[in-house]
Amino acid sequence: MEDNTIIGKDIPRTDGRVKATGEAIYTDDIKLPGMLHGKLLRSPVAHARIVNIDVRKARALPGVKCIITGADTPKIKFGNWRLFPATQDEFPLAVDRVRFIGDEVAAVAAIDRETAREALELIKVEYEELPAVFDVDSATAKGAPVLHENSPSNISIDRKIQYGDIEKGFAESDYMHEDVFTVHAVSHAYLEPCSSVAQADIDGRITLWTSTQTPYIVQCLLAATLGLRENDVRVIKPYVGGGFGGKMELRPWEFCAAFMARKTGRPVKFTLTREEELACGRRRHAMKLHSKVGFKKDGTLVAKDLKILLDGGAYNSMGPTATFLCGNFGAMLYRYPNYRFFGQHVYTNKPPAGAMRGFGAPQSLFAAETQMNIAAKELGIDPIDIRIKNAMVTGDEIPDVATISSCGFIESLEEVAKMCDWKKKRKNLKNGKGLGVGCYSFISGGVFNWFNTQYPFSSAEIRAFADGTVHLLTMASDIGQGSDTALKQILAEELGLKMADIRLTAADTAMTPQADLGTWGSRVTLMAGNAVIDAARKIKEQLFGAVSAKFNLNVIFDMECRDGRVHAAGKPDRGMSFGDAVAFVQKTNRGEPLVARGSYTPRGKGLVSPAFSFGAQVAEVDVDKETGNVKVNKMWTAHDCGTVLNHMAVEGQLEGSIQMGLGYALSEQFVMDNGRTLNTTFLDYKMPHAMDMPPGESACIETYEPEGPMGAKEAGEGLASPTAPAIAEAVFHATGYRCKDLPITPEKILKGLGKLED
Amino acid sequence: MKTQTVSFTLNGESVTATVPQSWNLLRTLRDHFELTGAKEGCGEGECGACTVVVDGDAVNSCLYPVMEAEGKTIVTIEGLEKTDGGLHPIQDAFLNNNGVQCGYCTSGMIMSAKALLDKNPAPSEDDIRTSISGNICRCTGYVQIVESIDNASKMMK
Repeated sequence: MEDNTIIGKDIPRTDGRVKATGEAIYTDDIKLPGMLHGKLLRSPVAHARIVNIDVRKARALPGVKCIITGADTPKIKFGNWRLFPATQDEFPLAVDRVRFIGDEVAAVAAIDRETAREALELIKVEYEELPAVFDVDSATAKGAPVLHENSPSNISIDRKIQYGDIEKGFAESDYMHEDVFTVHAVSHAYLEPCSSVAQADIDGRITLWTSTQTPYIVQCLLAATLGLRENDVRVIKPYVGGGFGGKMELRPWEFCAAFMARKTGRPVKFTLTREEELACGRRRHAMKLHSKVGFKKDGTLVAKDLKILLDGGAYNSMGPTATFLCGNFGAMLYRYPNYRFFGQHVYTNKPPAGAMRGFGAPQSLFAAETQMNIAAKELGIDPIDIRIKNAMVTGDEIPDVATISSCGFIESLEEVAKMCDWKKKRKNLKNGKGLGVGCYSFISGGVFNWFNTQYPFSSAEIRAFADGTVHLLTMASDIGQGSDTALKQILAEELGLKMADIRLTAADTAMTPQADLGTWGSRVTLMAGNAVIDAARKIKEQLFGAVSAKFNLNVIFDMECRDGRVHAAGKPDRGMSFGDAVAFVQKTNRGEPLVARGSYTPRGKGLVSPAFSFGAQVAEVDVDKETGNVKVNKMWTAHDCGTVLNHMAVEGQLEGSIQMGLGYALSEQFVMDNGRTLNTTFLDYKMPHAMDMPPGESACIETYEPEGPMGAKEAGEGLASPTAPAIAEAVFHATGYRCKDLPITPEKILKGLGKLED
Repeated sequence: MKTQTVSFTLNGESVTATVPQSWNLLRTLRDHFELTGAKEGCGEGECGACTVVVDGDAVNSCLYPVMEAEGKTIVTIEGLEKTDGGLHPIQDAFLNNNGVQCGYCTSGMIMSAKALLDKNPAPSEDDIRTSISGNICRCTGYVQIVESIDNASKMMK
């Protein structure tokens, strides 16, 4: 793509300036006349029947304008899996029952935050406590307390995948290995706590400004829970301070803000505290994974049997999707001729787990990659060689799971090995130093329509102006990853314009075209990017027709938009400026503005994703055998994200992924006691800081993804997966301690080495 | 609610505010002066999103009692002196080196960098990392932020 003027260049993100000056408005920065401040009363117990709620004292407190409990609401359940209404298991405010510490019970709106907080203390709730369950084993044991009556086994959903013949596969294997892995929950810890402001029009219609990844999903589910029509709710996404999967559902405070705004006639704002975020917020699923793999002596994979129990917490949240995806990721990366997966999503009395960067991949791939490392060791094959031997390649298909239309996995493995001088280093590292590899594959958006949208998956509208500019309208949601910039780059390249020629309005459900499913599963670049190209090509057709007529061009001529002009291909003088061409089309159409709509919905690409990214990562660690402390010395990464639209942005995604992967592997975890989260501050929830980050080197293996916009696919989410297995293998290489239970703590290492007793 | 009157220099101007005694500097900046560049990410001095410069030092304004501001000189992201291009060199560097992603930590990062570079115009990488060790970023892995600050120090020479 050497011809490109904008794609593949280090284009600074277009929202960088307002963010660097502090002018960017996030939801909590919004202040409206007469605005009230909301606070939520949360359950202090893990499982209970609500016997009585007395709000009289709180209501009498001066400054309190509105108090609601579940009894005041329409009592309509919600959940993202709208295609299967039985999975929608959550009320905006608890109705008769609470199921985790932090479950929302009542809401107060008052003239300021202090008054609202004071009022919470005056609400008296009488609970009748019920027995509770806190892990997947006790929740699925016979006679366990039941969280939801329609799931008497506490298993809310399951998924099976099977192809080949698993028994025959194991019978044909020369070597088999069976392990149980446990992985823990971690926090998204986006820096911007959730915040929402609602305002009611005189006719009761709602405008909601909210920190969300999915304006359209919030619009639909908010309307449903309020008993309104979709078009009665307008959702606007201001700048969002990170999401990582944690802001992709309707949340109780969005409902409460809207409900109370209608009730009081005044705008209502809710902003969560960090303590609420850590104590009760969504998190990555903890899981128990049982995996058996079979190989031939030469390292050829023959069979894999994977069973996963997902610790879902008290509600489904995005758990069904995680269950679905775990099985897909378990089948990715390598050719498994015989594969069986069974995943079950289990209710426990803990804060619900949701989607988080990787969406089932970090867990599933930790097990898969660790088993590859175990097999390599036991079969006496180099860990990178055994991967190359079994690696997927372009054109591979997995029944019901994936068609791989581009794949740079082998090249990634070869490149990362070269970058770190793998074989030599692996042989020579001594004295507590070790080297390990981990790999990933990830989706570029999901195909399975669990939300049951009736609209295209992504849409774009382009309005062209005679001054040579265009206005791009899209419901796609930039939450910090830089998708607004990527979409503008795609459009500028397609129309031959400059970045500055494009105005963007995004993620306002009343103004931008229906619809877009939002930011999750690394879908925006591919899906919204394709919608933008679709719209741009419709604009071009009209411009080409007009310019062709004006210059009396032969119909066999190709035409192009380039450098701000529309002309016969390769003949800039036989054409006119972009703006003049727009004016000409408009004149031809007797004043009608030049507008085009484009859309993208994946079709004929299976059930999972239109495209898959791949990559390999190596970690070098230094383990202090006395203290068990792990220091990561360096990380090397080679990855295939198709055409790189913006190197600087891809690099930022990679480095951010390493940081999150490092925390997942070594330092981040929730300390829980009977359903209560004990570490609810950033002092106690340990994320890597600037001083903790190892140096790194990276390489992009450019492939061309035929389904992607200009050949691009996912970059930055899949990379959350390889770090933990790479570090775990490096720790094993350094010490002989094999971690099958994340995170890798000094205590576990010392116990594993027999230096600390249980 | 008991109030207190406090006077200080804010972004080059003498100001006086009468606010509840319980308010910290962050609340005063955001709710009284409507300067929303400084953010509250944790409210407990751990994330640094609320960083402003007080008498030359980077401080967590969420932990800073407003009474302590009496007579002090305070600079927020809104008060960074601009050059011809309209941005302070640190802001320019963050823009051009992709030091910004979601942006929620950015104001605080830039103010920590400002306090560093005013005291130490030629910092080492270690100095830079130390200066932002109280600023959490969940997006970038810090690499491009460190590069931004390093680049700014060179531009400001």
